[in-house]
Order: sequence, then structure tokens, then C-alpha cells
Amino acid sequence: MAATAPPRPPAPGRSPGGAGTAGPSRRARTSGPARSSKAAVNTLLAVVAVYTLMPLSWLLVNATKNNGDLFASPGFEPAEFNLLTNLTGLFTYQDGMFGRWLANSLLYSVVGALASTFVSLLAGYAFHTYDWWGKEKLYGLVLLGILVPHTVISLPMYLMASEVGLVNSYWSVLIPGLVNPFGVYLARVFSESYVPGETLEAARIDGASELRTFRSVALPMLSPAFVTVFLFSFTGSWNNFFLPLVMLNDSTLYPVGLGLFNWNATLPQEPQLYSFVITGSLVSVVPLAVAFVALQRYWRSGLTSGAVK
Amino acid sequence: MNTRLGRGQRTTPVLFVAPFFILFIATLVAPIGYSLWMSLFREQATSGLGFGGTETVFVGADNYLRALGDASFHRGFLHIALYCLIYIPVMVGGALALALLVDSAMARAKKFFQLAYFLPHAVPGLIAAIIWGFLYTPGLSPVIDLLRTVGVEWDFLGPDGVVLSMANAAAWQWIGYNMVIFYAALQAVPKETLEAATVDGAGQLRTALAVKLPMIRSSVVLTMLFTAVGAIQLFNEPEVLRSRSSAISQDWSPVMYIYQAAFTEHDYGLAAAASLLLALLGAALSFVITKLGTRWKEV
Repeated sequence: MAATAPPRPPAPGRSPGGAGTAGPSRRARTSGPARSSKAAVNTLLAVVAVYTLMPLSWLLVNATKNNGDLFASPGFEPAEFNLLTNLTGLFTYQDGMFGRWLANSLLYSVVGALASTFVSLLAGYAFHTYDWWGKEKLYGLVLLGILVPHTVISLPMYLMASEVGLVNSYWSVLIPGLVNPFGVYLARVFSESYVPGETLEAARIDGASELRTFRSVALPMLSPAFVTVFLFSFTGSWNNFFLPLVMLNDSTLYPVGLGLFNWNATLPQEPQLYSFVITGSLVSVVPLAVAFVALQRYWRSGLTSGAVK
Repeated sequence: MNTRLGRGQRTTPVLFVAPFFILFIATLVAPIGYSLWMSLFREQATSGLGFGGTETVFVGADNYLRALGDASFHRGFLHIALYCLIYIPVMVGGALALALLVDSAMARAKKFFQLAYFLPHAVPGLIAAIIWGFLYTPGLSPVIDLLRTVGVEWDFLGPDGVVLSMANAAAWQWIGYNMVIFYAALQAVPKETLEAATVDGAGQLRTALAVKLPMIRSSVVLTMLFTAVGAIQLFNEPEVLRSRSSAISQDWSPVMYIYQAAFTEHDYGLAAAASLLLALLGAALSFVITKLGTRWKEV
């Protein structure tokens, strides 16, 4: 569009190529009432940031308190520093049950998300690259799968798993986590923009098989897609509570969320667990928070491709 | 790009999509089919005394009628209706307002605000509910102390407060996520369009509501869809807060009702029928939202 427009001198009030923030007319208007509304907007944004960050900072402060100080000292005031004592207590309580839960969660999330990402990328790539009868109908089914309420299929899944003897095992949580229709959607969208057809054609002319073309040509180009889909799958299984609740009886198989949930439910009877639940919550939040801050570029791009389509 | 393959290569796409679809059928399609089947049967004790085993009897629509006639199932739907009424507008409206504000020329530190709003999403929903549970507990909560100093006595876990408390915990976790989606969509609005609006004399607020908002309609509709489907499955927040509040019964929400029917009472037929009814509500909501969304797009 811009290329067809005849070149002309910049009209007043329109800064060519400017982001629309520094145009002369805008700057001229930024005085008096505009400045106060600017302050109002930023104050409002800051207030919301206080709201979103408050519970996390409360958690951070209170993970350093012992059970007595939790109730005795005001919420945000640090008391005696007991973080290390809490951590030692947490990781040694019930023969190190918490560490086991953490390891289980990592297993469910890392192994599950890795496998799930491969499965999704393969499918998404095939949806982009090949044509076959009924392809778009099948793709419609995948998109429909995103909307299926997961709590609704957990009960029949439990009964099916118990019939094949998988209930109360690692598999009962791992296998359902492998299916990620949203991942297939993301993989197709990414594939469309990252894998040019000519490159694949060239690989084919060189005599590479389809699988080899995928592995050594397409997969490296899809690495941003890999990280994004992995991140979404990882978050999904790290957050999953209902499925393990339904599937698992044996507390040594619990992911960390389910374990903390059980401790939390017994607090009225066992108040000595308070500091463990609080410190444990902090410990289970940290890995994901770090991943999110470190991998900002990826979740942003994932959410963007989800939003624009 | 789309490739028509030679004869020998036709099997490739099948091999590529097979792992996904085998799993898709096993963990999504089959359970739904199984649910439909199960909802038509009822386990009954073979002898009236409950000795011996159980037998499975075909009961037709009886499980559906039992669920539909159960007052506690109705209450569950009333509870989530109230919850949705608070949660969905606050969530979608709030995320939209935040995105438009951060996108406006007036906002500073855009990156920081986005990260600050998104960070709660790194907290698993269950842990979020546990943390808010503490922040609702008198003696532990600085929020209650703060409200008291300004003269407000509010019982977060009382019968009037619980729905709001659940909506707050869920909104806290998701508002930043949706805000980032809207913000990303706003970035795709062409600069020329915005400049044209400015030249036409539209102020910031008018530009946001009359130009930007209509251009990100599809994101808004999609977010509304996911939010609604998620909201009717409300489980984590009431289940966690239940240990602290006497206002939340064991079958407070439809999913809690289903869980109880299945795992406390082992009435699988009833649980299956109830979950299909809930899925039906989800489908109906999705349909209505999509239809309204399409109409909005045509305006």
C-alpha cells in the first residue's frame, strides 16, 4: 500500500515512519489536562501491578517465617529469618516426601511436554506441508478438541485406565498429557511462517526422504515453535490438578500441586504444616516464574500467533 | 505450501499425523463415547441387601432425569452462573482495559507492566487458590488487616463472599495472560489507521474504543470463549477454599458434584450423565458466543 502512494512532503501532524508517539502535533497537545491524564493512567497501571504482585511478595516474605510468627507478626513485616529452617523442614518431613513430589512434577512436565511437543510438531508440520483427502475437516476436529472440557473426560478416562490396569501409575498422568490440540494449532501456524516450501522442495530434489527432510531441514527451522509449544505443554501439565487427583491414590506418585493440596486440606487439624505449605508453594512457583521471565520472547510470540489468527 | 506427493509417498502424512490422532482418539474421542455409553446404565446391587456383586442395568434416560431433578445439581449451576456473571466481565473487561491502557501513548514502562501482570500466570491455579486462601484467612491476611484499618469488615469466606473470592483468585491468575493476548493483537493494528484517527481529531479514548477495539474483535471473542468454557468447569478454587469455609459444600459446583457422584458414591452413570450435561452447556455457550461474535464482526 505504502509503496504505491506517490512521494510527497510530510504533512503537518504526520510524522513519516514515526510510531505516532512523537508527532509534533501530539507533543504540542501533551500539556495541561493531557499530562494529568498521563499521570492517572500510569498510576492506575501501577495500582494493578501492586495487586498482581502482592500475593507473590506475601508468599516470599512469609516463607521466611516460622509457624508462630506467621500469625503473630503483620503480613508484610519480616520477622525472624527462618527460610532455611523451613526449607530443611519441608524437604525432610515424611522422609522427604516433598522432594519426591517435586521430582514427580518435573517428570510429568518435562518428559510429558517433550513428547507432546514432538507429537504436536509432527502433526502441525504435516497439516501445513501435505494435502490429503478430508484434511481441513480433520483440522477442524483438532480445533474442536481445544474446547472439550477436560474435567468432563477425566472420569471416563479414569474408568478406561482402570480397565487396562494403568490407574494409579505414572502412565495414567503422562499419556493424557501428550495430547495438546492447541500445540498442533501453534505448530501449523509456526510452520506456515518458518518453513518455506522451496527449502523442502530442494531437500526432496537432493533425494532426502520425507522423514529426513522433517528431521534435518524443517525441525531446525521450527526451533522457536518447539520452545513455544514446549512452554505451553509444560505449563499445562505443571498446572494440571484434576487429572492426577482422579488418577492417583498413592501419595508417592503425586505431583507437587496435589501433595500441597492435601497438606492444605489438613491444616485445620495440623496447623504445624502451615509453614510447609507456604514454603512449598513458593518452591513450586519458582521454576515456572524463572522460566517465564527467561523465555519471555517465546510465550509472547506464542500468544501473538494465537491472538492474531 | 501444499505438496501433492507421488504414489509411494502417500503414506508419509499418515505417519506424521498418526501419533497425534491415535492419542487424540484414545484420550479425547473414546472417553466422550464411553461417557455417552455409561450414562445409559446404572450399577445396581444384585440382592436387595447389598451383598453379592453389582449388575449393570440399562436405564435409558434415567440418569439424565435424576441429575436434572437433583436440587444440589441445580444449586451448582446457580453458583457457577453467579460466578460467571462476576468473573467473565471482570476478566475480559479488565484485561481489555489494561491492554488498551498499556498500548496507549500515555503508558510508561510497558514491558514491566506486561511482565508484572503476566507473572501470576506462572503460578499453578491450585497454588494460586492456596495462596489466596491464606490471604482470605483472618489472622494471617494483611488484606483483612488493611481493610480493617479503613473501617471495612469483610468476610472473604462467608456465604456472601465466597463467589467473589473465587472469582478474584481466578482473575488474578488469568488477567495478565489475556491482557498479553489483547496487547499482542493491538500491536497488529496498522499504524496508518491510528494516525488517520488522530488526524481526524479523535482523542486517545475515542481511538481506543472506536478504532482499536473493533480491530481486535476476534481476539476478544476467542478469549471470551476460552474464559466461559473454563469458568463453567470451576473446581480448584472452591475445592481448596472448602477446607477454610463452611459456606462451600462438597457439591458446590457442577464439577464437584460430578466428582462426588463418581468417587464418593461410585454412581458412574449419574456422574457421566451430569458431565455430559455440563459439556452440553459448554457447547451451547461456545455456540452463542461464536454467533454473537460473528454478528459483531458484521456490524
